[in-house]
Amino acid sequence: MFLLFTGDPASRTTEVVDNVMIYIVAISVLLLIGVTVTMVYFVFKYHRNKGHKPVDIHGNVWLEILWIGIPTILVMTMFYYGYMGFRVIRDIPDNVFEVNATARMWNWQFNYDNGKITDTLYIPLDPPTLLHLSSVDVNHSFYVPAFRVKEDVIAGRENYLILQPAKTGDYDVACAEYCGLNHSMMYTKVKVLTPEKFNLWYSDTSSVSAAKATKAGL
Amino acid sequence: MANGVIAENNRSFFEESTNRHSGILSWLLTTDHKRIGILYLIAISAFFIVGATFGILMRLELIAPGETLMGPQTYNSFFTLHGVIMIFLFIVPGLPAIFGNFFLPLQIGARDVAFPRLNLLSWYIYILGAILVVTSLLLPGGPVDTGWTFYIPYSVRTGTNVSLAIFAAFVLGFSSILTGLNFVTTVHRMRAPGMDFFRMPLFVWSMYSTAWIQIIATPVIGITILLVMMERLFGIGIFDPSLGGDPILYQHLFWIYSHPAVYIMILPAMGIVSEIIPTFARRTIFGYKAIAFSSLAIAFVGYLVWAHHMFTSGISDTARWIFSFLTFIVALPSGVKVFNWVATMYKGSIDPKPPFLWVMSFIVLFSIGGLTGLVVGSLATDIHLHDTYFVVAHFHYVMFGGTGTIFFAGLYYWYPKMFGKMYNIKVANISVGLFFVAFNLLYFPKFILGYQGMPRRYYDYLPEFTQLHLISTIGSWIMGITLILIFANLIYSLLKGAKAPQNPWGGVTLEWHISSPPPLENFHEIPYVDHEPYDFSLLEKMKNESH
Ligand code: HEM
Ligand SMILES: [Cu+2]
Repeated sequence: MFLLFTGDPASRTTEVVDNVMIYIVAISVLLLIGVTVTMVYFVFKYHRNKGHKPVDIHGNVWLEILWIGIPTILVMTMFYYGYMGFRVIRDIPDNVFEVNATARMWNWQFNYDNGKITDTLYIPLDPPTLLHLSSVDVNHSFYVPAFRVKEDVIAGRENYLILQPAKTGDYDVACAEYCGLNHSMMYTKVKVLTPEKFNLWYSDTSSVSAAKATKAGL
Repeated sequence: MANGVIAENNRSFFEESTNRHSGILSWLLTTDHKRIGILYLIAISAFFIVGATFGILMRLELIAPGETLMGPQTYNSFFTLHGVIMIFLFIVPGLPAIFGNFFLPLQIGARDVAFPRLNLLSWYIYILGAILVVTSLLLPGGPVDTGWTFYIPYSVRTGTNVSLAIFAAFVLGFSSILTGLNFVTTVHRMRAPGMDFFRMPLFVWSMYSTAWIQIIATPVIGITILLVMMERLFGIGIFDPSLGGDPILYQHLFWIYSHPAVYIMILPAMGIVSEIIPTFARRTIFGYKAIAFSSLAIAFVGYLVWAHHMFTSGISDTARWIFSFLTFIVALPSGVKVFNWVATMYKGSIDPKPPFLWVMSFIVLFSIGGLTGLVVGSLATDIHLHDTYFVVAHFHYVMFGGTGTIFFAGLYYWYPKMFGKMYNIKVANISVGLFFVAFNLLYFPKFILGYQGMPRRYYDYLPEFTQLHLISTIGSWIMGITLILIFANLIYSLLKGAKAPQNPWGGVTLEWHISSPPPLENFHEIPYVDHEPYDFSLLEKMKNESH
């Protein structure tokens, strides 16, 4: 499992989510081993072949308080870490680059403020990107596994998602809400560029005029 | 137990019926709760096998990227049918309809349920619902392809037979409500003299709690389904955004039923576990009241967590953290039960026969399911894992590893009582071991796939996921073989097996005081109950009862 967590995180959220995951899984593994080992031990120790006389123990108030109390504290810490991580995922930073993402069966379209339109998402390494998500048909979900974030794209409503990359590169974007026939092929990529390279790409608006021309031609 | 149990005649409910008919008609018109339990057992097992076959075929498709066996439309129908069958025809009705019907009256010392005819009607409604599901496959338009959740807007757009399929779910809901009503009344009105609430076996407590959820929650899905049908047929615009409706409203209504339904699935299983462990450890349960009340608590607070299925849907951040918080709180009673069960093994005299081995397997698999529930209950991790294979793994561990395993545990525990025949113990032991291995091969890789970012309901996948999918598919083959072994052992013993004694395991609840299989009205004389349910000092006295 820990193979999953090697390498530099692709995004700030990657690190946050992985840490919460490791925390919860570590406690869970301990609990699971504790329960399993105790159970198997009892089965051998109190096996009928050994001829013990069984003892009727109806309960033990202190024990029960203990094993309600400790798990309560444990799950509250899990809730807390999960919530703190969630804040990192959801709080909109002051300075963001904004893009409108539109989902349809079965592709994505990204509209930038300067009129550029793409089917692959280009974003700068810095500042973070705020995606405005909307759908023209059914529900979809914008999911970047490498960043550990997703948000559903709901018909008739605008949701948002923040991308906070920590490394340049190309990352897969999947649709994570079932949307019909080609749901599993609704992949695209998010390309994270250095701010310089991004500005170069962004300021090249020749494709925009081309797009406008085709529109006018229609 | 009163004396005079020696039967006036030794005929079982197989040989004597509640009506004048003989042969198949005596079954189809029966009002005997035991026969109705067996009718359910046959129907529900059949659908389980059909559902499992769909699952194994899906796994075959997913053995490698690209098309192996079927196209995307077929795959999408397959996971929908698999889900619909497993949820609405197997796991929700399963344990209450089979074991609740058969053993609830026996365990409280009653001759039948409170409303025997209503009970038979419930079975017919179940069959009608099942026929509607099958019909929806065959009609033009084609099998549903929405997933078992029927999310709008997709479910109002698709051309497939959604209306008929959800109408089937609507009909099945009535079967569930009526069974719940019957059980609540039975528990209140039909208990043997002396059996107060705290002398009831824990299986009865769990059935009682489940019955309340069936009564309270099921109407919500009924109303929701009617609204969806109106939306599809008349376009009234409640849920469909293109008509001014709100698709999120649908998700709320759907999960307000479907989350409590998760407890309809698991509570009866917890009840059966609380029967099996004392019997094979031959000592009383640890924390009887804690277990009884936590069932009831789950039944009444389980309504407050539905939106944890919607953490990425765009509901407000405040709603998200409140539902995450409540989810963790509601998770606690289930955890406490696991500790109680293990504590019940302490200083027992443990004889790990097949039903007990099933329960051991349950404790491990259900714990994994529950603990990974904490992962998806926590906000940061759920944002990543929602709608991925991690969730597919999680719910199979809870539903199949939890309730499914206990379906087999219950069968192997009560089979000798129901049919008066004993199965092959060695083969049964092997089945449990194989099941455990197959199960983990089949589903554990899905946790990793999910963390690596493989979304669910995917017909095709990226090449990097191939290896784990292959392992999972191999697991599904071993699972298929194991399921055949499990059922074949029982069927063989029915035809050729040795006769089972009245009390093969040394249980002390009331069903073990009567012959196997039980006589028509269960008790020749209604017993007087003056002891707690798991008082094994009774075993000495019971030796004289059996015949
Ligand atoms: C032989 C046993 C089984 C196999 C091989 C199997 C396999 C699968 C597979 C491959 C999927 C589809 C994953 C996807 O594409 O997202 C699935 C979904 C599902 N399974 Fe199973 N499964 C089995 C037994 C069960 C049982 C016993 C239950 C319930 C008690 C169950 C309930 C479900 C549900 C509710 C879904 C979700 C369907 C949906 O997405 O709408 N499965 N299963
Ligand atoms: Cu989509």
